[in-house]
Formats: sequence, C-alpha cells, structure tokens
Amino acid sequence: MKRKVWLSVLREMSTGKRRLSEQGNQIGMELQQGVQKSYKDIIDVSWGDAHALGMKPISFVRQVIAACLYPELLQSDRIPIDARLRAQRLLRVCDGGSVDGGVPSSPENIFICSGSQSALMFILKLLSSGEGPSQMGVLNPMPTYPSFTLALEVQGVAMVPYYLCEEEGWALKIEELHRVLQNTKGHCSPRVLYIINPGNPTGHVQSRESIEEVIRFAAEEKLFLLADEVYQGSVHVEAMEFVSYKKVLSEMGPGYSDTVQLASFHSVSKGFMGECGLRGGYMELVNLDPEVMDVVRTLFSLSTCTAVTGQFALDIMVDPPQPGDPSYPTYSEEARSMAGMEADLLYCTRLLEEAGVCVGPGCEYGQQEGTHHLRMCVMTPTENLEELLRRLKTFHLSFLSEFS
Amino acid sequence: MLSFRSVFAGTLRQEDMGGGALITALWLRKSAGHVMLNPLRLSPFSSSRRTVFGLSASRCGLIQRKMTENGVASRRGKVLTIDTLNPCVKKVEYAVRGPIVQRALQIEKELKEGAKKPFSEVIKANIGDAHAMGQRPITFFRQVLALCSFPDLLDDGSFPEDAKNRARRILQSCGGSSMGAYSASQGIDCVRQDVARYIERRDGGIPSDPDNIYLTTGASDGIVTMLKLLVCGEGQTRTGVMISIPQYPLYSAALAELSAVQINYYLNEERCWSLDISELRRSLAEARQHCNPRALCIINPGNPTGQVQSRQCIEDVIRFAAEEHLFLMADEVYQDNVYADGCQFHSFKKVLFEMGPEYSDTVELASFHSTSKCYMGECGFRGGYMEVINMDPEVKEQLTKLVSVRLCPPVPGQALMDLVVNPPQPGEPSHANFLKERSATLSALAEKAKLTEQILNTVPGITCNPVQGAMYSFPQITIPERAVKEAKEKGQAPDMLYCMKLLEETGICLVPGSGFGQRDGTYHFRMTILPSTDKLRILLDKVKEFHQCFTQQYS
Repeated sequence: MKRKVWLSVLREMSTGKRRLSEQGNQIGMELQQGVQKSYKDIIDVSWGDAHALGMKPISFVRQVIAACLYPELLQSDRIPIDARLRAQRLLRVCDGGSVDGGVPSSPENIFICSGSQSALMFILKLLSSGEGPSQMGVLNPMPTYPSFTLALEVQGVAMVPYYLCEEEGWALKIEELHRVLQNTKGHCSPRVLYIINPGNPTGHVQSRESIEEVIRFAAEEKLFLLADEVYQGSVHVEAMEFVSYKKVLSEMGPGYSDTVQLASFHSVSKGFMGECGLRGGYMELVNLDPEVMDVVRTLFSLSTCTAVTGQFALDIMVDPPQPGDPSYPTYSEEARSMAGMEADLLYCTRLLEEAGVCVGPGCEYGQQEGTHHLRMCVMTPTENLEELLRRLKTFHLSFLSEFS
Repeated sequence: MLSFRSVFAGTLRQEDMGGGALITALWLRKSAGHVMLNPLRLSPFSSSRRTVFGLSASRCGLIQRKMTENGVASRRGKVLTIDTLNPCVKKVEYAVRGPIVQRALQIEKELKEGAKKPFSEVIKANIGDAHAMGQRPITFFRQVLALCSFPDLLDDGSFPEDAKNRARRILQSCGGSSMGAYSASQGIDCVRQDVARYIERRDGGIPSDPDNIYLTTGASDGIVTMLKLLVCGEGQTRTGVMISIPQYPLYSAALAELSAVQINYYLNEERCWSLDISELRRSLAEARQHCNPRALCIINPGNPTGQVQSRQCIEDVIRFAAEEHLFLMADEVYQDNVYADGCQFHSFKKVLFEMGPEYSDTVELASFHSTSKCYMGECGFRGGYMEVINMDPEVKEQLTKLVSVRLCPPVPGQALMDLVVNPPQPGEPSHANFLKERSATLSALAEKAKLTEQILNTVPGITCNPVQGAMYSFPQITIPERAVKEAKEKGQAPDMLYCMKLLEETGICLVPGSGFGQRDGTYHFRMTILPSTDKLRILLDKVKEFHQCFTQQYS
C-alpha cells in the first residue's frame, strides 16, 4: 500500500490561534518588563485550559496522586484517609507496588490513552486506507476545533465537513449529512462520522432523538461512529441532559446495537477536573470483530502506557468520592464551584472567538455565587470603546437567544 | 531531482466567520543541502487533487461540486473489518509485548486461580521496566513530584527545602501554577532551557540551543515523530531507514506502519556486537538498488545488545552519514547505563561538534533521551526529549506543528525530566542521599551485568557477549536440528518455540531473538538484568537447567 508523504500542513486556523497565543505571551513579557499598556495582563482565553486560567484542581485528585508518587504520604495525616486508601489500591495494581508498570485497563474494549487526541489519532490510523477516490473520508462538523482538523490532515484522510445549523443552536441536521455524503461520490470513500457532543466550540448538547437519527444514518450509510464526549461533564443549562452514544445505541436494539461500530472518547482534560496537562483519557470500542481487536491490542501495546498520573486522575474521574466518604464534602463543593466558573469562562471564550473581544471572566475576581460578570478595561480611546461596546452588545444578544 | 508528494491535495482557505476553511497544500522538495524536505507553498487551486468536499458555494465561494444522483440503499454490515483495516497496521509486530507476554499474563492468572505448575511465579524478564522488577525510585524525584501534584504540602515540614524550591520553580512555569494545565507543545520553556544546560555540561561546554529541544512523551514519541517526517516517496524512491540488527522493535514496527523500507545492517557478534563501517557500506549499496536511503538509526548503548560504541566508531559513523547524505538518529536513552571497564558513553552531538565545522555545520542529527531508563527507571511517567541539530528551519516549523497535534507531553513527565537534568547539587540537603541512591542502582546493575554474562557462559550451547551497558543480555543459543524442524512445522520461529517452552516449564518470560532480528541460522533470546540479584541468580540457574534439558530432549 502506498503511503503519502508524512507532512504536517500549514493550517491557518491553528497557526492563527497559536500566533495569537504567542503574541499574547510576548505582550505578557513586555508587561513584566514594565512596558505600559492599557491593561496590566494578558488573559488568554483562547484555549480550553481551565487550570491555566486559575481554576484550582480538585483536591482529592491531587492528594491521591501525591500519595501514589511518594508513598511515605500514606502515613501522613495531611492526606485524608479515603485518598490514602485509594492511593494504596492504585499502587497495588501497579507492578512492583510502584507507579511504573502502568495501571492495566480493565474491560476488554476500553483503552486508556494519553488524552482524547491521541486516541482519535489511533483510531483514524486503524481506519485509514486508500487513495484518490478510495481515500478514506471523515465527516466532521463545522465549526470544529483546530487540533482535530490538523489531526485529520496529518493522518492523510479526506475531510468532509458538514455544517451545524447555527439558527437552531448549532444542531446537527440529518439532511446536511445526506447532502455532504452525496457530494463525496467518486472523490473519496466516506467511512467515518465524527461527532462532538457536547460540541466544541458550539457547546450544543445533542438530544436523544438527534443521536438516534445519527445512529440510524450511520447504520444505513455504513459509517464508523466517532463520538467525542470529552465535555460530558460540562453541561450548564438545565433541561439539557447529556446522554452517551453508547447508551442510546444499546437501547436501540439488535440491528443497530450489534452492528453499528462506535468509538467513544472521554478525558480528564475537561469538565470540572480540567487536568489537561496530565494527559489522561480513554476510548471505548463497540462492535469490533475479535480479529480486529487483536490487531488493535498489538498496535496499542506499541504505544506503551499512558502516563500513570493521567491514569490515576482517570480512575478518580470514573470513580469519584461518594457521599459518606471523608473527602466528599470538599470534593462536591469544588466540583460545584467549577461548574459556576465555567459559565463565565464559556461566555468569555465565545466572546473572544466570535467577536474578537478578550475580557476577564468574573470568576477570576470573585463574585457572589450565582452571579456572573466580566471585566474589561475602559482606558481606551472613545472610538475603540464604542466599537467594543457595539460588538459586546451584538454578541450578548445572540448569546442570550442561543441559550434561551 | 524532485521527489515529493502531497499529504493530501485539497485546499481550504479560512473565511472570517462560520464559513468553510481552505488549507493551503504544502509540497516538499528535496533541497541540495538537506536530507529533510523543504516545504513549498503551492497555488491554492490545484483542481486535480481535491480531497475536501461538500463545501457549498454560497458559503465560501468555491465552485460547487456537481451533485450526483445516489440511491441511498441500506448497506448494513461493519465498516471496520480485518479486510478493511489499514493494511500498514496489520504488518506491525512488537515482540517485547507480543504473544509470549500474553501467554505469561495468562499463566499468572492461572496461578492466581490455584493452578499447579512447576513454579510459583512468573518472572518477567522481558521488558525493560526497572521498577516493576523492584528497583527503587529516587526519593528526591518523588518528593518534588508529590509537591507539584499537591502544593498544599509545600508547608509540610517533612519535605526538604531543596525539593520544595524545585517544586515551586516548576509550578511557576506551569499555566495557573498547576501541572494540570496544557504546556506549550514543544514543552515547558524553563525545562527545555534546563535540558539545554544539561547537554552543555555533559558535552564539555558545546552550546545547546533550547529552541532545538523538544520534550516528548518518552523517547518513542520523538523517534516515531522524526520517522514520520522522514518517510516519503514510492517504489524506487520510497524512503529507506538503516537500523542495526539486532534492534529494538519499536523501529521495525514504526517503519512497517509507515511503509518505509527497513535497511538492516548487522552488528558483529564475534566482536562484541561492534559496528563495522564496511557493513554499513554493504547494506547501503544494496539498499540503493530498491529504495531511497535517507536515515541511519543507531542505539547507543545498544538495545538488545548492550554494546557501548567507541569514540572512533562514532566518528566513523558520522563521517559515513556525511558522505552518504543520511539523517542521523541517535537513540541514547541508556546513556547512564555503562558498566564495562574501558567503556565510556560519548554523545553523538559531542563527537559531531568536536569533528569541526565541516561536519558540525552540515550533518543532520536527532538525539533522544528519556526518563524511563538509566538510574531513574521511571517508565510510567513518559518523560523524554530530543535535540535536533542542523534541521532545516522550514522543516523545523513543520515539526513544531506536527507535535502540536497531540497538544503536549504529560506535564509530570516534563517535570521529572527537569529533575533528571537538574538533580540535587553538592551543598543541597538532598544531595548526599541522591548520590547514594543513584550509585546503588547503577552499581547493582553493573554487578548483575557481570553475573549474567558469567553464568550464561558456563552453559554449553549458550554464549553471551559482555553486557557493556543498557539493561539486557542477548546471548546466542544453540538449538538442536530436531527442535528447529518442530518449530518450522508449527510455523514458529525456533527461538520462539524455545522461549515458550521455557515459560511453560519455569515461569521465566524472555523475548525470542527473532523479535529483534539476528543473522540467519542463529538464535538468541533477550533477557533483562533488572530482577534483584537473588532473583537473577535463580533465573539464570533455571535457564541453565532448562537449556541442558532442552538440548538433551531434542538431540
């Protein structure tokens, strides 16, 4: 099989964002050196990185990790007893009572990975083949986040964008999927449908009906489903509920539940844990043949293990403190306050991306619970201020209508 | 002559808001001065190679594709089957965790369930995982990492001041002072600077630019990334990569996956696994007939062979790479694991620069290091770095973008790398204990290296070269004809048959030499020298006993 040259591509979206960030860093350094600007710091809200923006890690997670790394702490009362017990349990399943054998993954179809990006790359690699008209095509949503489209290019697969419906809160319309599929005839071989739910950057949460529609579509059109569900812990609006693709699939009964192939992704990077730097995540594979799974396991063993600190965080994400545990009160309070913060951050992120206005989220400055603010510097010429306020007004009205 | 191929050839251009995006295709062409390909921008509208579809004209002004009629028939059945799987990945094998290890895990399970066997435990001497075999971590490192994970402990009196200072410095360089924030894709700035300083100290003052340092998720990440950049072309012009035989099977697996041509050069077993330039020449000349050789990989100290290259040898290799226009990949993860008298680690970078500008200005080199081996043994943290020398700036930009796809290496691994290159200094509270722990680990390894060579050489039918460095021995074993025949009938490599029987009868898990490559008609196995000295003795005695029985059984 021929393989195209491996080369990453100059992609304007990710380059632009990176350049912005770099420029932000540059300005940040100038500010440190005393250069006068109309603001005293840069707030870079362009990355989905909550810790970088001041969000505090969940104490329980860090206590467990610290005790795993330095087992002397198992005797220290600085670490609550349930965290110590969890660390002990995790160390027991590590080889050598030490963190370096890697925590084995349990059920046969779950693979622990270094964040969802690497899992996505892995799956794309498995699926990719063909050239020209038979080159594998991936249906991916527009708008989407730049790392994913970069991943597609690097993997050498054809991108088949489908547009989310902005007028309906960025919903996924099946007609749109049909339309783009028609257009691929003779140009590539579409085999994968990539869904992000909740959406990035849109934040849209898919309804159960919509998910069923998509699964039916995937079954009819023989598409492998990639369900990127890393934001499942971040649903802010009441009356919206996250339901997983796997759950809906299994509830649709035979004919779907035993044939539609699905890979679901989750990660410790988002939600209220926000542990992007630990690189922990998992993917679950559904309805893959045993011989394929053998190849998957061989290939997976080559990537060695996910960093153990990421695995520990993952363990806690899927098995957090429960009511009655000593750490539960702190844990649930921290989780609740994260959810509140994220609404501020979400607003500011969208404001930056959609209106080019970078402001400070109110949570950074402290505010009454249940209220949200933003901070912006007004030491700017009147025309700028008028422009800024005009943009803010337009954005705010559209934001309100989207979430009402 | 140009040899290039686009990765895909659609074009997307970014619109302001909410529209489609066009990507400008990048073409590579081989430049006169660099092995690496230079990217060139192409005109955005190469209609012969579109691969992006379905963009409506009204949204972004592209020519609308003609909508073709398509009967939407229901096509049930699976998308991904063994037949539709990426053919490249089917070829991939990784002996270190292959079928023998799977059987070992199964046996462990059976033992736990109470099955009766001629042994009570499985000894996993297959993988270079030091901690799994009882090696202790360095206390200082774990203290700093614990402080970084849970900074509340910074006011805890039980941690030494120097550990706290290191932790504070690391946290300061992390976004939001948390290891949970993404770092820059190339790695945390101050860590890269510390790595550069370490390299300078190690190499006698030869400057190292932090900008040439990429922190990676273990060394494997860096190695695979570089191979991805290097491999292109097709048929006669397909990239060939030279790798030593025997080799660490990450290389063969990565090359198989990338459909690159693997060019084998044989290490000389009779001369302690030395590298002969004449063999490099032979292998290259032969390869030139069917592919385009562009890179030369060398593992020093070696895996699985443990040989430590002499300075002269390294110079010869560099000269060879310069003459033959090859990109050098120097895998140096075992650089602290040198045991034999008269052997010393020389980094490729150092030797390159000491050879003067004729070489140091031109030879392209990537060197790799990791936190998984040496005295640290912290495989689970996935820490590592690579230093790239004389890389074309445009290609370097592409490399920087390529690594950004996986966002960033795990931050705890980066923190650990920082400690490895910046350990406790004389005068600091943790210095004495650090030195003690490090030399205890390294001297234990040296002792075990000698013991292994010694005992194996007392077995008729086994010859073991001195284990000069790294963590393994790779002895040659004589397998009787009858056993070879039986293996062939079973469709198994003879040394796989040997190792499987060894596992079933003694519980010892080794990796057959066929997983690493060896000269035709010779057989080997690789075992680690990591088990504790006591366990190692038991292991070696059992192997001795088994070999004698096996030989007798099949004679």
